[in-house]
Amino acid sequence: MNTLKPRVLLGVAFSAAVLCVILAGFAVVAFAQDAPDVGPKPSVVLKPMESHIGGITGHSADAKMNYRRYCAGCHGDYGDGNGENAVWLDPKPRDFTIATFKCRSTLTGTLPTDEDLFNTIARGLTNSNMPVWSTFTKQERADLVAYIKIFSPRWEKEKSGDPIKVPPETPVTIDSISHGKALFTKLECWKCHGPHGEGDGPSAATLTDSKDNPIRPYNFAQGKNDSRFKCGNTNQDIYKIFMTGVDGTPMPSFADVIQPNDAWDLVHFLRTLQVHRHSKENEVLSAAHGVIPPYVDKNPAPAAAPADNKAPGGGH
Amino acid sequence: MRIKQTSLIVLALIVCSSLMFAGTISGKVTYTGTPAHQKPIDMSKEPSCAKQHATPVTTETVVTGPNNALENVVVYISSGAPDDGQVPAQAVTFEQKGCQYLPHVLAMHVNQELKIVNSDQTSHNIHPLAKVNREWNKSQPPGTPPISEKYDKPEFISVKCNVHPWMHGEFAVLNTNHFDVSKGGGDFKLANLPPGKYTITAWHEDYGTQTADVTITGNETKDVNFTFKAKAY
Repeated sequence: MNTLKPRVLLGVAFSAAVLCVILAGFAVVAFAQDAPDVGPKPSVVLKPMESHIGGITGHSADAKMNYRRYCAGCHGDYGDGNGENAVWLDPKPRDFTIATFKCRSTLTGTLPTDEDLFNTIARGLTNSNMPVWSTFTKQERADLVAYIKIFSPRWEKEKSGDPIKVPPETPVTIDSISHGKALFTKLECWKCHGPHGEGDGPSAATLTDSKDNPIRPYNFAQGKNDSRFKCGNTNQDIYKIFMTGVDGTPMPSFADVIQPNDAWDLVHFLRTLQVHRHSKENEVLSAAHGVIPPYVDKNPAPAAAPADNKAPGGGH
Repeated sequence: MRIKQTSLIVLALIVCSSLMFAGTISGKVTYTGTPAHQKPIDMSKEPSCAKQHATPVTTETVVTGPNNALENVVVYISSGAPDDGQVPAQAVTFEQKGCQYLPHVLAMHVNQELKIVNSDQTSHNIHPLAKVNREWNKSQPPGTPPISEKYDKPEFISVKCNVHPWMHGEFAVLNTNHFDVSKGGGDFKLANLPPGKYTITAWHEDYGTQTADVTITGNETKDVNFTFKAKAY
């Protein structure tokens, strides 16, 4: 009968003990890093929410696993924008607990529509780390919209704002572009966006968002033919951006100070600031030899801006 | 007849005396120590405003008066007030003038109309950074009508203009009509109080909050003073 020598036995026993200690150590570390369950903070109890986009109804309960897998890394387990990735991100991920959203079709200070949130998830946000989430089905996206609502009690108490009416677009003409340029000057967009919309206006360097993080105004001249806006790509999207404001940022709403037809003129001018993008507006401008004529107001208003309040520099 | 007349007179006297709420809480708000130096504001990027000030204005985080008076302190009844939820009919006005907010601290009742006026020759955007109420942000070019808004929850709200980063103001949205904001001498006065046990709160945007308990028994004036400790920076 061959028995193991005592010394070998001792060696095996010792190795096994060391292995146990190492494994126990891993177990402790793994347990300590186990993420808390996602959802509102335990002190906030909200009922399950729904969303309605077109014919689809989303249910928050069905989105929990998707949120945990795809969203919590940036937006945080508690939806407050403090996911573990957030420290490396600029701009910071949205904080759903305060229910302030940038891209809406509703007036400043009001909640977005379900469709606004649905579109943001699908489209992503240019110049940020929010991806284009083409991996989700429409139902999954609708469920996520419902899930976002559980983080803030505002969704229970307030109704979404009414979407603003976007009237039919006016024709793209050099006169429209010329009026748009006059509005850009008069409304002092250049103070932040700069005279050529390059994000280098006199106030640009001091801008902070509503959480006191530095933020840059949009640079219209960036990118090539693919240059896009944070809240969309079409002329209707541009219209909504300055008529509803980008909440949570320095960009205010101009809804009370621009007439709808004038707003289309401004949209057409803004398109010409996207100098590398092929657009109807840039075609019209090329046909006019790249020169925007000065705007002649057929019904001049009595008050005029004083001489020391003009934007520096000229047109293109 | 005489008994009836007498009892009528007695009744009238009782009713009248209970209607004459003339209890008053008044006092002074002062500070101890040395407040931080208020920095001069460079308005050269906005010439239309810069030229309105013969000497540059300073930041208004701490505004002091003679004898250590502390201005812009909101003093209000935080508990015990028989507030009937009466929203004053008249609006309060917040003015943008010389690229500053006038007044620096504006107190109002919940749901009271707030009128915002731009008296300058430059555009401002009015951006109250509400966290409890809704946060909105509106452009207000010169010559446009006043903006009318209201807040439905009590909150102290910081107000800024993004175009002119030095501009800073505060809204105090309160659940009571019994409030005052201390001015040049640091004085405040809360008048027309019925008898009762009150807690009054004094709030300063940088030095925090203090409270005091005051009991009013009749038509007397109770003297209550607040002293805040100045911060070095």
